Amino acid sequence: MRVPLSWLREYVDLPATATGRDVQAKLISAGLEVETVEQLGAGLTGPLVVGKVLTIEELTEFKKPIRFCTVDVGQANGTGEPQEIICGARNFAEGDKVVVALPGAVLPGDFRIAERKTYGRVSRGMICSGDELGMGDDGTHGIIVLPPEHEVGTDATVLLELFDEVLDIAVTPDRGYCLSMRGVARETATAYGLPLRDPALLDVPAPNSYGYPVQIADPIGCDRFTARTVVGLDPEARSPIWLQRRLQKAGMRPISLAVDITNYVMFELGQPLHAYDRTRIDGPIGVRRAAAGEKITTLDGVKRVLDTGDLVITDNRGPIGLAGVMGGADTEIADPVTDPETGIVTGTTEVVIEAAHFDAISIARTARRHKLGSEASKRFERGVDPQAAAAAAQRCVDLLVLLAGGTAEAGVTEIAAPSAPHTITMPANHPDRVAGVDYGREIVVRRLQEVGCDVYGQDELVVTVPSWRPDLYVPNDLAEEVIRLEGYENLPSTLPKPPAGRGLTDRQRVHRRVGRALAGAGYVEALNYPFIGEQALDQLGLDADDDRRRLVKLVNPLSDEEPALRTTLLPGLLGALRRNDSRGSHDLALFETGLVFRPTEGQPGVAVRLGVDRRPSDEEIARVNAALPAQPRRAAVVLAGAREQAGWWGKGRPSDWADAVEAGRAVAAEAGVELIISADQHAPWHPGRCAAFHVEVDGEKVLVGHAGELHPRVVKAYGLPARACAMEIDLDLLEKANQGPVKAPRISSFPVATQDVALVVASGVPAADVEAALTEGAGELLESIRLFDVYTGDQLGEGSKSLAYALKFRAPDRTLTVDEASAARDAAVALATERTGAVLRGA
Amino acid sequence: MSAPNKSYDPVEVEALKPEEIERMRDEALAAFAAAGDLDALAHAKTAHTGGTSPLALANREIGALPPQAKAAAGKIVGQARGAVSKALAARQVELEAERDARVLVEEAVDVTLPYDRVPAGARHPLTTLMERVSDVFVAMGYEVAEGPEVEAEWFNFDALNFVPDHPARQMQDTFFVQGPEGTTGDESGVVLRTHTSPVQARTLIDREPPVYVVCPGRVYRTDELDATHTPVFHQIELLAVDEGLTMADLKGTLDHMVQALFGPDMKTRLRPNFFPFTEPSAEMDMLCYVCRGESVGNPDRPCRTCGSEGWIELGGCGMVNPKVLVAAGVDPEKYSGFAFGFGIERMLMFRHNVEDMRDMVEGDVRFTRPFGMEI
Repeated sequence: MRVPLSWLREYVDLPATATGRDVQAKLISAGLEVETVEQLGAGLTGPLVVGKVLTIEELTEFKKPIRFCTVDVGQANGTGEPQEIICGARNFAEGDKVVVALPGAVLPGDFRIAERKTYGRVSRGMICSGDELGMGDDGTHGIIVLPPEHEVGTDATVLLELFDEVLDIAVTPDRGYCLSMRGVARETATAYGLPLRDPALLDVPAPNSYGYPVQIADPIGCDRFTARTVVGLDPEARSPIWLQRRLQKAGMRPISLAVDITNYVMFELGQPLHAYDRTRIDGPIGVRRAAAGEKITTLDGVKRVLDTGDLVITDNRGPIGLAGVMGGADTEIADPVTDPETGIVTGTTEVVIEAAHFDAISIARTARRHKLGSEASKRFERGVDPQAAAAAAQRCVDLLVLLAGGTAEAGVTEIAAPSAPHTITMPANHPDRVAGVDYGREIVVRRLQEVGCDVYGQDELVVTVPSWRPDLYVPNDLAEEVIRLEGYENLPSTLPKPPAGRGLTDRQRVHRRVGRALAGAGYVEALNYPFIGEQALDQLGLDADDDRRRLVKLVNPLSDEEPALRTTLLPGLLGALRRNDSRGSHDLALFETGLVFRPTEGQPGVAVRLGVDRRPSDEEIARVNAALPAQPRRAAVVLAGAREQAGWWGKGRPSDWADAVEAGRAVAAEAGVELIISADQHAPWHPGRCAAFHVEVDGEKVLVGHAGELHPRVVKAYGLPARACAMEIDLDLLEKANQGPVKAPRISSFPVATQDVALVVASGVPAADVEAALTEGAGELLESIRLFDVYTGDQLGEGSKSLAYALKFRAPDRTLTVDEASAARDAAVALATERTGAVLRGA
Repeated sequence: MSAPNKSYDPVEVEALKPEEIERMRDEALAAFAAAGDLDALAHAKTAHTGGTSPLALANREIGALPPQAKAAAGKIVGQARGAVSKALAARQVELEAERDARVLVEEAVDVTLPYDRVPAGARHPLTTLMERVSDVFVAMGYEVAEGPEVEAEWFNFDALNFVPDHPARQMQDTFFVQGPEGTTGDESGVVLRTHTSPVQARTLIDREPPVYVVCPGRVYRTDELDATHTPVFHQIELLAVDEGLTMADLKGTLDHMVQALFGPDMKTRLRPNFFPFTEPSAEMDMLCYVCRGESVGNPDRPCRTCGSEGWIELGGCGMVNPKVLVAAGVDPEKYSGFAFGFGIERMLMFRHNVEDMRDMVEGDVRFTRPFGMEI
């Protein structure tokens, strides 16, 4: 809502010195979001005067037509002689009154007017257009031609009200009444403690039965309809300058007098109005829901197919307007047309004014359905004062009579569904309790009265809210009014005393620890968008029936290429890897933790919309939740380039599959879980370099993730550096596998007995199996086992590898003898031999 | 110098003559003084103090002397040996010091050499800032609550008093999830949550008051990515529901938060606003932590962070709308509450001078690395 300060002063006697910024500050603290204060006329200085064009000499020797004019500016030029001015515009004639900038004037944009030679003449000033004066769009972009009654020499800066300030207010949805001068004036008056001249306080004739006939078939959709008729309008009458200027400052283009008046009254009172050309309406005006398939062409020239939910205004022929949103083209006020032969102007001479009240939700739906937001729909959606309809119609009638020479017909149609004002009962100290401030009854009552409420009662207040505040519904709404008018800035600062908390949950701690562990290992966190498309899954090389291809899809994605939510963290991370690589960072280790979205059996589903008048039952909530996909939290890493850089210390080391697997172990360790690692073949990994991660949950082995080197085809498809690696693991499943707090080992202080063994196995035997067998076979005396070398080569021959382990034995209660340690080692080797075919090397 | 391996013989008691002992001593002292390094000294030590050194042999020969001569000879030899070992020790100390000075200098390295063998990793500043803010509240006794990102419309809107078709619902540009075949538009009733506020509803449904929770998380709105917008962003939401909570408590909690995050002299300002799920509602600003408000009306000291407004808009807050309590099964006659929420991206931008939102979403390691582990 754009509010010119000059207009605002019509309703509130603001101090003469109050600037737009002052009013802005007051209104902001009262809760109106005044975003800017525009300074109109900034950079403009006169002399700027009314002139009368005496002569026009057409100069034709130039590329474009140029006029050499003499203009009477009275005594404004000091001499009284006609002012000679060169002008390139053509929309004026001899005898027209125009606006002249005399030498010495400065127009917006530091445009200095001076006497100068141009087109072979001396030009002593400029004939101005609205654009040049910074007046805003008047629809013509041409020279301003003033009504003839203005005296030459008059100061045009005053006449055109060029100096002003305009407050631009972003009105929140609950404050529909502030989409009017009346509403903003009320807030201003309260903020300054000044009286308000309410423009809606008009004498309105009582309704009677001989007004324009109106039939309302849907009293829920339309609970009030006032119709007034004005005849004998002068089709030549134009909007006076003050009216045009106010509309321009409010951000609307002047169109024609009748339309301008309806817009003006809407800005003034907040009541959207519509003017119909009476001669173009066929029979009674009706209000009903549209029939399926009905059509209407709205004022913007668009033909629209109506929905049965749309509320329409009709006549005998059918819909003539989308109620509360936009009128129809068929009954539009006609532009005046001048007959070239006779010079007679014809146009609309009889209008029916509609001031109605429509259901907010119905209007909102229609506006959204037809993507047709209008000044009218914006107001109806936010709530219009139903009691202002009659006054708005009256104001419209008055202005038509005054400015267009019309005559108001005596008929006054007013149809209003019976309604009682809304009352709220509230303890007088309720605002005090909400605020934590002791305002006291007196202040509460006074503030509510300032808002427009009628207040009765002592300890228990019965508050009747004003018709323009449909947003005031419950005691807290009233509390807000009191608190904001007393000033949010005056609220004290106190601290509640929450009960003792339990800190972060184990799960939350694990999530943090995983991030820290990965960052500590050199990984950099990336937070990627979760949007993906089929292409990403193709690039990962997923099979057609891969579960990760079952997607949660969006109705309105930002990009049609990525219409769904991720089922794996890898596409986003690989994208970030590629982006970094292309920007010149080649040695990369990235990680992300976040949700993936996996439809469950029977999805997509529909989440029913429950009521809000009570807590839904657990069954109802479960039904709603059942429509949501599974959203497990995962961690993933990707790697490329060097894991250890080369430098003065020596060689570097490229990142490889083992780093990816280790990242998985690190994550699991933070979750207090030991991974069971095995070889797997799983997209998008290299089939020979892919590890599957399992954990034990209640004795069952559960797959929780994968790691390894990426498949060369995936590397190519994503445009990644060669041998890029990745890991992805499910944190929710790890959480389930958590083995509880770490159990402290018993530390023996007896000497250790170390035994090394080298075992030769077939190259396909997993080291993990050999180690498991050794561990089991060694028994309780084994303190630790560590693989310290893997050897393949000529000495072993094809198809074999040697695994060298260091076994440490120790007893809790004695020094082990060499024989004891050797026996344990032999038992370990024996089991490894039995399980994996291992042969003691050199044996 | 005496030859080695001579067995003692009464004939050779000549060796115990005082001048002979003196000579042996002087030779030893000269040899120690002549030793140029610790190795040479070690040789000299063996030669002059070892088991076959002249003084050691002389010492042994004392036993062969007649008893009346023993004492005198013992004294002479003992004194000589004492002087020798003292000189040895002194020279040892001298040479060690010399060695230390020389060798340790030779072993010096250039400690300014860079070492980036495994470059440091880092957590994303949005993550760590969310944790940091959460921790302020955890320290006050709040708990951290979480909720799904794909959320039912009922939790995201209805339960928070966004009535259907209310214009407030359109303020949020919502991603809708496709329903089963045959449904269109928003008929699935499932959305990407547009704010962290549905966690409020979930928490109130799950827990009995008093409830004090903070809910950090990711949220979604259909904005195109540019320097100041991103369709995927992060919010932190706070909810307190208890008996007798007031707007002054809300104000105090906000003040405490900005003081904990930005310094003890920070404060907040509330301005009336509208949100469906709070009533009364307020926009919250914090004092500009860069200029502390001193740029206002002071053209010589313009502040880029707050645009010389003195205040930075932080987010929305208010007293929990009783309708929200009712929908979650909490008795609004008995309990009241307050809530607030704000965007983490925005706070990161002004707290750390981030100029372009895109830097936070692109995952460029150059942006994230400097933030390290904590923020």
